[in-house]
Amino acid sequence: MSDASAFSFRAPTDESPLVRRVLIGVAVLGLGLLVGAPLVAVFAEALKQGWLAALKSLGNRDALSAIRLTLTIAAISVPLNAVFGIAAAWLITRFDFRGKAFLITLIDLPFSVSPVVAGLCIVLMFGANSLLGGWLVAQGFPIVFALPGIVLATVFITFPFIARELIPVMIEQGRAEEEAALTLGAGGWHVFRTVTLPNIRWALLYGVLLCNARAMGEFGAVAVVSGKIRGQTATMPITIEMLYNEYLSVAAFSLAAVLTLLALVTLLAKTVLERRHADQIAATHRH
Amino acid sequence: MHIEIDEIAKSFGTTAALHPVSLSIPSGALVALLGPSGSGKTTLLRILGGLEYPNSGRVLFDGEDATGLTVQERRAGFVFQSYALFRHMTVFENIAYGLKARPRATRPPAAEIARRVQRLLDLIQLPDIAARYPAQLSGGQRQRVALARALAIEPRMLLLDEPFGALDARVRKELRQGLRDIHDATGLTSVFVTHDQEEAMELADLVVVMSMGRIEQVGRPQDIRARPATAFVRDFIAA
Repeated sequence: MSDASAFSFRAPTDESPLVRRVLIGVAVLGLGLLVGAPLVAVFAEALKQGWLAALKSLGNRDALSAIRLTLTIAAISVPLNAVFGIAAAWLITRFDFRGKAFLITLIDLPFSVSPVVAGLCIVLMFGANSLLGGWLVAQGFPIVFALPGIVLATVFITFPFIARELIPVMIEQGRAEEEAALTLGAGGWHVFRTVTLPNIRWALLYGVLLCNARAMGEFGAVAVVSGKIRGQTATMPITIEMLYNEYLSVAAFSLAAVLTLLALVTLLAKTVLERRHADQIAATHRH
Repeated sequence: MHIEIDEIAKSFGTTAALHPVSLSIPSGALVALLGPSGSGKTTLLRILGGLEYPNSGRVLFDGEDATGLTVQERRAGFVFQSYALFRHMTVFENIAYGLKARPRATRPPAAEIARRVQRLLDLIQLPDIAARYPAQLSGGQRQRVALARALAIEPRMLLLDEPFGALDARVRKELRQGLRDIHDATGLTSVFVTHDQEEAMELADLVVVMSMGRIEQVGRPQDIRARPATAFVRDFIAA
């Protein structure tokens, strides 16, 4: 294909090779500068003094506690939000009621409210100085500066991910298949298990993966509610910040590298699943 | 089964979809609900199937009040407008769905389900497509699978919402005869919704012409053609 040929035709939606190259170049440069380079830098910093030093810093009691805490929080928050997300998406796409638009706005609230403000709200509600919080502390069940508060903050911050992923898919698929199942004699729960859930499973999976990544990475809200107690309520992102502020850069970046690896594994899992089930994904999206 | 519709009314919010309408459908008839969009024909069909509840009035099946029966209890074979086949299931699983969804006590054994599915596939003249997914079928094949799935539950009646709406003209003609044959073979009371007067006149024993939530005329095709009851009917069947 000769660009100069007087007889070469271009599709109306196509651009000239020069424009194409410039656009691709800008995208690659931007991606490399903003995503690729920092990623490499994290691992490079972590391994600056060799593998041994990096691994040793991870073997530290506080680092291990942070990793355990972060995984625990994700393991509690993600299933909770999966249930909430499915329930919210179901309600919004299958029923008409007053205040529906308001509810949709409410679901998006965690995206627009600063995480720090969200954290402060939880402290105000459940802190030892509040009525409810004071009573809970007296019962030996403190919320703030403890695991429940961190979970609460994480659930709040990551709430929209699964619901937002499910709502458009459920709107697009409509009610017809569920109604068909009902006319065939199936009960509500059976319809949910055999028709609704299989149809949304890929969207649900994406939502869960995104939700999980954010749950492990959340900083702002958790920083406020956790009290940053080393070895107890300091999650991975918080421990990383504390280590960095103490100029323990190898330890900070080693932990950061682990957090990054967890995120990369999540993305890898998504890609592998997409590859393996490409035909099924296609089958549930076209009809 | 004889179906009696007694002063059924339905409104969505402030808009009336059906003014009180009454209609008697004789057992074993093939009935067309004919009208333009917004005439209330689909609403009436969904009320018969139990997918929608009327605001007032009664539905009687063989003289018994069925108004309060749930969609599952009605045992109506329902064919949806775009067929609503379960896209993640094979044709076999689609047709077997209703039988597998039964409580254990009344559920046929797996071998019996397989036998019945095969018999239905033979009935719709697509004996070899059991392993395919809906996305791999043509429009006409999907319609027939939807019909087989509805027949699998041994329904008391057959309700079809624009069963030929999504098909091209040639397939449409073919499947009209197919529906007539299946209706005659099963003897089920069947009601189908259409906006195509030619389709209604050619296929149905009894045509119900509807407009703006009211029934304009009920009659045999030749009677409606010969003596349209209102100006609306005259215009609509002339179109």
